[in-house]
Amino acid sequence: MTQIAQKDVQHLAQLAQLQLDDNEIQTLTSDLELTLDYIESLAELDTQGVEPTYQLTDLTNVFREDEVQTSEVSREQLLSLAPESQDNQIKVPKVL
Amino acid sequence: MKSIANYKSFSARENIEEALRQAEKNEDYHALLSLTSERALERADAVDRGEITGELAGIPFVIKDNFSAFGAPTTAASKMLENYNAPLQATAVEKLENAGAICIGKTNLDAFANGSSTENSAFGPTLNSHDKTRVAGGSSGGSAVAVALGIVPFALGTDTGGSIRQPASFNGVVGVKPTYGMVSRFGVVAMANSTDCIGCFATNVSDAKLIMSIISGRDERDMTTLPDYFNPDVSVVKQKIGLIREWFTDDVNSDVRTAVSSYVDRLRQAGHEVEEVNMPILSHTLAMYYIIVPAEISSNLARYDGVRYGKRASGVKTLAELYGKSREQGFEAENQRRILIGSYVLSSGYFDAFYQQAQKARTLLIQEYDKLFKVYDALVGPVSPSPAFGIGEYTNNPVEMYLADIMTVPASLAGLPALSVPAGMNDQGLPIGVQLIANRKKDATLMALAKSMEEK
Repeated sequence: MTQIAQKDVQHLAQLAQLQLDDNEIQTLTSDLELTLDYIESLAELDTQGVEPTYQLTDLTNVFREDEVQTSEVSREQLLSLAPESQDNQIKVPKVL
Repeated sequence: MKSIANYKSFSARENIEEALRQAEKNEDYHALLSLTSERALERADAVDRGEITGELAGIPFVIKDNFSAFGAPTTAASKMLENYNAPLQATAVEKLENAGAICIGKTNLDAFANGSSTENSAFGPTLNSHDKTRVAGGSSGGSAVAVALGIVPFALGTDTGGSIRQPASFNGVVGVKPTYGMVSRFGVVAMANSTDCIGCFATNVSDAKLIMSIISGRDERDMTTLPDYFNPDVSVVKQKIGLIREWFTDDVNSDVRTAVSSYVDRLRQAGHEVEEVNMPILSHTLAMYYIIVPAEISSNLARYDGVRYGKRASGVKTLAELYGKSREQGFEAENQRRILIGSYVLSSGYFDAFYQQAQKARTLLIQEYDKLFKVYDALVGPVSPSPAFGIGEYTNNPVEMYLADIMTVPASLAGLPALSVPAGMNDQGLPIGVQLIANRKKDATLMALAKSMEEK
């Protein structure tokens, strides 16, 4: 059975910008252990010398003309989606 | 259930009013998160005045709520996007509207399409159309149930690892996942870019084929779309079909095995040749999926930060707190679980062991399929190991829930077209579907095969 320390899960959550309380971390730790237990079985598969597949379309370098096109969405519309804005800017609390 | 043909002899207004009535009458199933009544009735009147025309003029449909569309918020069934009004429409929605179809509402899903039962919706589960104590399947559960209840003749959904096929099977409707790249994903909330596909639910294969022919095609706004290839007029004669042996073990519910066996008998009676085939790699595909897909989910869900749109937590003092709290409040537990799994398998110490290993394994999977498709025109098997399970049955164990996808993820990882078609019911009256899979770009042939069987 895979074991992960709760502090490692807490660190992972911080990296993923999730502010979770101790109860949530505890549940997620055991869920993560169950899932890792399952996915670790993949190590048994021999993949020596096999190239990874990252995409399925076989399309490469799909180009289009570099033309200026008018957007169907206005700046006002986009700003109105932001929870807070001021002077045509999106507003956030202080960084530090 | 009602096919598209059932709507042709009525005015658009009559069709839309009837669909809205049916939606209200069936409210307790919780298939729909919102109705777009006002916009739908306006468009219906425009159809009746002859201002909107097209092959689907005046035909009602519903859209999974992870497609951007006008007339209602695009919530992805999450608190994060609860009040998000998309400023544009998804290409698939635009194409259907250009053909005259009228959206009457947005359907329930697992939040951000993360799930296999629609129980992960922030707004409560959708109930199965044949048994209210059971799940709708998922993640496109609401769309499947809306079609199964006869609210609309067709619905849009997304399928990343089975999210159209499995609910189609659980509710006794046709579900189509096309070849990866056949339908533009512009305007759809991204989950896992390397497997996300857009498809549909319908009551019969002909209707599904019509919808796919309308929504497919290259789109300059989604550079992963393939050059147009879908030809709906293909027909099939005798086909060579492989029956996947790995999916006939004791782990698979006996009702499911019976339903698939009787479908195979009918294939043989219809003159098709069916042989058992082996795919040893199938024992590894779910592990590949639950590495690759959470990795992509963790990247995609990174954009929801409470800054530009979506939920912003209140009472926060710093930017870091704003991110952390907005994401804690806006995501469901399953979203958070997948973000953490994804972050874990992508982190520097584990990248090679998990993510890279999974992508190599994926190559081996594709090679096994390629080998089979040199000999066989299609593969047949179950859609899911069981009929619809009970509400709450698997919610305490994520891995048990993931197992519901074990037969649908392989085609997703390889980008293959796959259908779920109704194959009868068990003694409890629960529908069971059969899955048909073909090689890339063989969507039309696959649908022609399914259609020919429907007529038998």
